[in-house]
Parts: sequence; C-alpha cells; structure tokens
Amino acid sequence: MTNYNDAKIILEAKKLEAWFGDFQAVKGITVDYREKTINAIIGPSGCGKSTYLRCLNRIHEEIEGARTAGEVLLEGENIYDKKVDVVDVRRRIGMVFQKPNPFPSMSILDNVVIGLRLQGISKRSTLLETAESCLRKAALWDEVKDKLSSMGTSLSGGQQQRLCIARALAVNPPVLLMDEPTSALDPIATAKIEELMNEIKKDYTVIIVTHNMQQAARISDFTSFFHYGNMVEHGQSSNIFTNPKEKSTEDYISGRFG
Amino acid sequence: MKLNYRLYRKAKNIMFLILTLGSALAVLIPLFMIIQFVMVQGASSLSLDFFTELPKPVGEIGGGMKHAILGTICLVILGAAIAVPIGVTCGIYLSEFRKSRLSKNLKLSVDLMSGIPSIVIGIFAYLMVVVPLKSFSALAGGIALSIIMLPIIIKTSEEILKLVPDHIREAGLALGLPRWKVILFVVLKGEISNLLTGIILAISRAAGETAPLLFTAFGNMYISYGLNQPMASLPVQIYTYAISPYKEWQKQAWAGAFVLMVLILSMNLFARYILTKIKDKKGIS
Ligand SMILES: Nc1ncnc2c1ncn2[C@@H]1O[C@H](COP(=O)(O)OP(=O)(O)OP(=O)(O)O)[C@@H](O)[C@H]1O
Ligand SMILES: [Mg+2]
Repeated sequence: MTNYNDAKIILEAKKLEAWFGDFQAVKGITVDYREKTINAIIGPSGCGKSTYLRCLNRIHEEIEGARTAGEVLLEGENIYDKKVDVVDVRRRIGMVFQKPNPFPSMSILDNVVIGLRLQGISKRSTLLETAESCLRKAALWDEVKDKLSSMGTSLSGGQQQRLCIARALAVNPPVLLMDEPTSALDPIATAKIEELMNEIKKDYTVIIVTHNMQQAARISDFTSFFHYGNMVEHGQSSNIFTNPKEKSTEDYISGRFG
Repeated sequence: MKLNYRLYRKAKNIMFLILTLGSALAVLIPLFMIIQFVMVQGASSLSLDFFTELPKPVGEIGGGMKHAILGTICLVILGAAIAVPIGVTCGIYLSEFRKSRLSKNLKLSVDLMSGIPSIVIGIFAYLMVVVPLKSFSALAGGIALSIIMLPIIIKTSEEILKLVPDHIREAGLALGLPRWKVILFVVLKGEISNLLTGIILAISRAAGETAPLLFTAFGNMYISYGLNQPMASLPVQIYTYAISPYKEWQKQAWAGAFVLMVLILSMNLFARYILTKIKDKKGIS
C-alpha cells in the first residue's frame, strides 16, 4: 500500500455545508486532499456530489438562493474568507462541469485559449502552442486539428466535454475538479482521459466525481463515498474497494443500490 | 341523441373558428387600409424632387423635404447616441445583477417609463432643455427621442442577455475570469447582433414620433446641422403640412407619410428578420 503521509495537504474541507434555499444538499463534510493525488467521489445520483464539488471553487454561490457554511482551505487559507479574492481562488482551482458547456459563438481554438487571452496573453504562437498541447492531452487534437476555427458547439457531446477539459487545462490550475468528465465518452476516449489524469498527477491534484466504480478503483488514490449529502466513508481506494468499513459503502460498490 | 350532440359540438367548433378568424381580420383590415391609403395618396405625390429639394414657398409647385429627411436622420442618430450606451448598460445590469434590490426597482421604473405618453416626454425635454437654453434645438429633440428609445433598448437587451444560459457564465467564472470580463467577452460577445435588433426596433419607434419633437426640435424650412438650433423632421413636417390649407402642401404631407412609413416598416421587418434567425438558431420560440 502506498504511503501518502509525507505528501503535503493542498486542499481541505472543514464542516462544509451547502444549501439550495431551505434544502440542504451537503451536510457537513470534513476531508483533506494531498498534493499530486487523484481523489474519486462516488455515490448515488442526487447525493450532493456535484454540489460539494461546486463549493470547492465557490461556483455554488452563483446559483440564486444557494449558500454555504464551513471552510475550504487551499494551502491553509480559507477560500471563503472575506479577504480572499474569489477570482484568484478559481484561477487556482479549475473545473470541468458535469454538462459540457463550451462557449457558444466561439471557435474551438478560442474556447481553449480564451482563459489565457483574457489574462492578457496575446502572443499568437504561445496561444497556438498551448491550444495544441491541451487539445492533445484531452485526446481531441486529431479530431479537430483541421477545423480549429469551427464553432465549439458544432462538436458532438463527448467532443464538447473533451474541449471543456482542454479549456480547463489551458489556464494551468494546480487543483482540478472534474464532474463526471467521461460519462459521455466512448471507451477509447475514456482511456485517454484516464491516461491524462495519471499524467497530470505529476503536477496537479485531481478531484473527480464518477459513477464508474472500475474507473475510481483504477485511477484514484483516495475515494470518498457520499450518501444523502454526507460523506459516509473516505480512505485509500485500495481499502475502500476491497475492504469497506460501512455497510452502505459495500452495498453501493457491489451494486446493491444506487 | 348521440348524433345531435356531435352536430352541436361541431357547430360550436365552427362558431369559435369564425369568431377568432373574424377578430384576426378585424385587426388586419385597418392595417392594410392604412398602408393602401398612404401608398395610393403618397406614391402619387412622390417624385425625385421630394428627396433632393427644399420646400418651395406657398403657391409655387414642387419642392421637397430633403431637410426633414436629413433632420430625422440626425435626430435619430443623436437620440441613439444617448440612449444606446445607457440602455445597453442598464440592460446588462438588469440581466447580470438581477438578484440585487436596485435591479428589481429599476425594472419597475423601466416598465413605467415605457408607459409615459410621448407628449409628456416632449414637455419634459422642453422644460429641461429648451427653457434653460432659451431656444428650440436639435439637442432637445435628440434627448426627447432618447427617452422614447431607452425603455425599449433596456428591455430588449435585458431579455436577450437573460437567454444566455447560466452555465455559460459559470464556465467563464470557473476559468478564473473576473465577472466583468465574463460579461463583456463571454456573455455579450455572442449577442451583439441580437442587441442590434433591439436598437433598430427602438430607433424605428422613435423615428415616427411627432409629439416629443413638436416643442423641442420644433422644425424649420432649411438644412441645419446646429445642435443648438431648431431642426426639421419628417413627422413634424408632415404634421405642419397636413394641417395647412394648401393643396400642394397636403400632397407633400402624403408623400412624407409614405416615405416615413416605408422607412419604419422596413426597419421593423429587418429587425424581426434578424430576430427570427436568432431564435431559429437557439431553438427557442
Ligand atoms: N439548482 C438547484 N436547485 C435546487 N436543488 C438542487 C439544485 N441542484 C441540485 N439540487 C438538489 O441537490 C441535491 C444534490 O444534487 P447534486 O447535483 O449535487 O447531485 P449529484 O450527486 O451530483 O447527482 P448526479 O450523480 O445525478 O450528478 C439533489 O437532491 C438535487 O435535487
Ligand atoms: Mg452531479
């Protein structure tokens, strides 16, 4: 079993709660994530995985009536602190959303480089290089290299999702949140994205929501099991999948509910 | 018994059809009558001179409304120059900061504003601009027209931007972009042509207004570009000529009405054409 104890803790949730109006979707989650690891979140549909993930980069608060409580520490600093610049937080914690959301009325190329361009980088060669390397990492380059100027929305659902992955990679965030990034992909593209995660693990920390148990077991160092807005169990994936402590985790993993 | 009932139901259906069809026709008939009337009367009085000549003194045949056509163009551009920046910005605020208290109050005010009679807007501009400057002026006319345009531009901009789904904004914010950049370069960027549609609709509405110009831009009989001087406009010129006792002038008024109507109708149709194309693209009805 790998020993992670020496790895630095980069992100920590402390009693994190989230509401939509009166409805509490996340009910007090405390967990830490170590640098350069892949962390999977599994759990039945509607248990609050996406909501939790969206609290980690302060996107949840964009929804009308939504609010959070508790703390999220990024390298020891609470991102919900009033002194913290939310733009800076989101620059350091990237996100790939559950539903592909490329920018309409923007070309494939513009979709990938818009983040950099609006940060003030305008050198065309730099932008093109970044676009190519990110599209390659997202396993999309070969399919789009001849039509970089067509609209991002003209791509298929799975291609759009990979475009969104490339877009998130382009701004180079040390922490990457991925909400079911491969649910719309075929096995080949899925394998490539998993390869990508193993690749970027050298420099980045990944938190990924997935409904694919094999995927979680294959790629992740740690796994959390969510149920009804609670984190029922969290631990090294090798433990969770072979020897779960909680009955409900075992039931879920073995496909008895969910 | 059964048959009777079925006949009865059929009869009700037909009655209803006749009723709705009748109302639809009742709406269309006046529209077509106006168009036909103005066309027959106006086109017969229209000549090339109408576009290239200034008015002739009473009694002389011929002359045109070149000055009024140019005047209307100037006044509308002036009004748009004021109303477009304010209106679009206001629309952005209403759409992007819709949760705010100010937003809710502003929305109500805009609705109220679009209900103000145009003659009242004319009086307002008269009191605010003409009286202090002690002269009728193009500036006063432009301001009056901009107040007509404002609520239309604000409302259409707001609605167009609200159609942009939230997940697009979230995608921009999640890239670590400040909100103003997301609004300008992500949300607004794709909607420029749609915003233009709202602006054209507002302009076409203002171009036909007489009341706000009567005691602001007032009108004159020659070409003038001075902002602090009276400026002619098609609607006011039509009004002046139409109520005159001279046959020749009345014919000119018809010609003016025809030109104004064609101008406004074509602007409207153009705007609507763009709008339907947008809606087709977005799959909304
Ligand atoms: N915008 C919203 N307004 C109100 N309630 C919401 C909203 N979004 C999600 N919820 C509720 O919050 C709960 C958690 O939703 P969430 O999307 O986080 O689930 P999830 O675990 O990601 O599910 P899935 O696996 O289907 O993606 C659900 O009960 C859902 O009904
Ligand atoms: Mg989800």
